[in-house]
Amino acid sequence: MKLKTIIFAAVASLIASATHAQEIAVAVPTDTVFILNSLLFLMAGFLVFWMAAGFSMLEAGLVRSKNVTMQLTKNMGLFGFACIAYYLVGYNLMYPLGTWASEGIISGVWGVAVLEAVGIDAAGADDYSYASTGSDFFFQLMFCAATASIVSGALAERIKLWPFLIFTVILTGLIYPLQASWKWGGGFLDAMGFLDFAGSTVVHSVGGWAALAGALILGPRIGKYTKEGRTVPFMPSNLPLATLGTFILWLGWFGFNGGSQLAMGSLGDVADISRIFANTNAAAASGSIAALILTQILYKKPDLTMILNGALAGLVAITAEPLTPTLGSASIIGAIGGVIIVFGVPFLDKLKIDDVVGAIPVHLFAGIWGTIAVVFTNGDASLTTQLYSIIVIGLFTFIASAIVWYVLKVTSGIRVSEEAEITGLDISELGMPAYDIIK
Amino acid sequence: MKLIIATIKPFKLDEVRQALTESGVNGMMVTEIKGYGSQSGHTEIYRGAEYAVNFVPKIRLDIVVSDNEVDQVISTIESTAKTGKIGDGKIFVLDVEQAVRVRTGETGDSAV
Repeated sequence: MKLKTIIFAAVASLIASATHAQEIAVAVPTDTVFILNSLLFLMAGFLVFWMAAGFSMLEAGLVRSKNVTMQLTKNMGLFGFACIAYYLVGYNLMYPLGTWASEGIISGVWGVAVLEAVGIDAAGADDYSYASTGSDFFFQLMFCAATASIVSGALAERIKLWPFLIFTVILTGLIYPLQASWKWGGGFLDAMGFLDFAGSTVVHSVGGWAALAGALILGPRIGKYTKEGRTVPFMPSNLPLATLGTFILWLGWFGFNGGSQLAMGSLGDVADISRIFANTNAAAASGSIAALILTQILYKKPDLTMILNGALAGLVAITAEPLTPTLGSASIIGAIGGVIIVFGVPFLDKLKIDDVVGAIPVHLFAGIWGTIAVVFTNGDASLTTQLYSIIVIGLFTFIASAIVWYVLKVTSGIRVSEEAEITGLDISELGMPAYDIIK
Repeated sequence: MKLIIATIKPFKLDEVRQALTESGVNGMMVTEIKGYGSQSGHTEIYRGAEYAVNFVPKIRLDIVVSDNEVDQVISTIESTAKTGKIGDGKIFVLDVEQAVRVRTGETGDSAV
């Protein structure tokens, strides 16, 4: 009996010391932590990459069939240009790593992104205590490209290809990285305590503001609004594609929010990532249901395109804080996103702002809501700071975008001719219809 | 001989065709059409904006029968295509001067 007690005590102390050793091991850099952190960035990165497919399919499905090839061309083009612009200037502009030209406002590092050497060991890693530079670059690049994808849908069916791509280069090389450095690069908004976990404001609202500036300067599609102030519906080309696109975006969002935990090297991180996945999913589900029920009540028939937008608005809304909410509060945050859509889409039409796919209600309106909603579940958030940051980033992005759009308008022009618009951009600008290449 | 032109609701096509076949009608021509009558279309809502659907999808049947079959065919179409709601369709009857079966050269009632 006494012997048994001694053995028990010995085992207990061994377990205790082993636990202690593990706690120390987490604090000391190891290959395992480096590998797991890098792995998170790589896997989350290719999920966020896949959102480019989601945006493409959603937009291809929601434009009229005469503009589908052009919409796909814009999506391919913007993604390619975003990758180049972010490599050339964006990455270092967004992450100055403490080297500021103007403290907390503008990075002092202007130059291309540089990766670690081939075949490094622990000593050769840029930051052995964290993750590989290549994985971080890859992950952050995908966020930047997502921001540009938001703009293309809103301006579809009437904007010229090349001016749009030039705007994309400026957005992804300068506008997005500059404002993102204020929060994620450790700039002045971060120092103030602004909280935006995966970017309801930094990514989604920014895309929305850029789209809003573009839509105002570009004007609505011909025939969209009558002189009597009536809105004329333009029918979507392919609802199966739009639905597939929405589900692809939903999938990609697990990487978008889950990857924004930015670490997977400990038990706590993995548990948090799991929580983020579940909350992200709950918000999308309730956003779609809110739009389904609301359109049924208001219009007597559910509107699929609103349900798709509702799911996305739920996702955007939870993006500012996907970790701290319970499943219940994540569902409520997402559902309010869905409600915002059902009222936001006709509201924009009333103002004669023509947003073809609902990008502005989804990314801007729900993005603002999500950024405010952080204060309900995260005790560290301050409403004043959240509102201040929304306004600062909003003003900067809207004004900078408006200037670029305006300069493009007076120099090259941003709108196709009336004839080209009525004929459809597929035939007039590309000579290639999307669904019938024989004729 | 008479030509019976009937417009019916598309979902009633199978029922009408089956009833006509059972009553001895050997053939018919079917066309997918769009049109409107006294109710002149209806409205739908897309993304919060109301719009008018002026032309409603219908099925048009063209059936040529001998004079003594006309009443039977009309009453069959009437009873099977009827839902009692707006948009059930219309039936028109026209005289047919001649009919020819291309393969045999038969004419008149024996050609239909």
